[in-house]
Amino acid sequence: MIKARVTVTLKNGVLDPQGKAIENGLGALGFDGVNQVRQGKVFDVELDGNDKAKAESDLKAMCEKLLANTVIEDYHVSLI
Amino acid sequence: MTAAVVLFPGSNRDRDMIAALNKIGGKPPLRIWHTDRDIPDADLYVVPGGFSYGDYLRSGAIAARSPVMDALREKAAQGRRILGVCNGFQILTEAGLLPGALMRNAGLHFVCKEVLLEVTNASTVFTSRYDKGQILRCPVAHHDGNYFADAETLKALEGNGQVAFRYAKGTNPNGSINDIAGIVNDAGNVLGMMPHPENLIEPAHGGTDGRALFEAAMGVLEGEPA
Repeated sequence: MIKARVTVTLKNGVLDPQGKAIENGLGALGFDGVNQVRQGKVFDVELDGNDKAKAESDLKAMCEKLLANTVIEDYHVSLI
Repeated sequence: MTAAVVLFPGSNRDRDMIAALNKIGGKPPLRIWHTDRDIPDADLYVVPGGFSYGDYLRSGAIAARSPVMDALREKAAQGRRILGVCNGFQILTEAGLLPGALMRNAGLHFVCKEVLLEVTNASTVFTSRYDKGQILRCPVAHHDGNYFADAETLKALEGNGQVAFRYAKGTNPNGSINDIAGIVNDAGNVLGMMPHPENLIEPAHGGTDGRALFEAAMGVLEGEPA
């Protein structure tokens, strides 16, 4: 079995109101010096088989087709 | 004129839409289930509002990948009219039938109120019964209505006259780029909009500003069923 972690983040330049609210929340808790928070998503995916190259290309396709909206989001796949 | 409404698990404004289409079109619209791959022929397909699949992952993301969407894509390519309202707009963008994306409202709050819309382009098949620049009252109810498109896409949308509706100056409820409330595709036969015209079609609603959109889209004479 192959385990992978996919992270999806907003592209640079796309406003992130939720990240901004979290940033303000951290400030309200007294954490100084937080310049920016950007919120994203993490997907832990388990795949059958041991073919890492196939897993990577499948995961990339999954990101393109569903996990990320590439109009606004970037994705990163790492096998773990 | 035959209209059809596409239903997903979690659609919840479908009944309002069906009532509006029935009232204005003079007969009940067909109902299409999200698992259908062969869909009946209709002149107007409507993707109504709601929270399809609980808005899991992203608003409209799961619905946009359901079997019916390939069929709808085919109908769009054949020039059939497609209207997506609210969650329907989110589904159409996620499905690639309309450009851009709908993100969390800039103010983070769910907004449920009446807004003012400006008719930006009155020469689409959906807006032809309005005047350019006309201001309409229309309710909105959404959490993810903040329209975004990259600079190049935006330039194309504005240049091609694909912005059908904008929130009237100073009334943008969600941070949408260029105050965009509704857009059509390049060919002009697919409209997505966040506001709910189906909820303002008879005096009992408190106004009828939404009615002309359906009359235009269904080719119905003003004030009369087909």
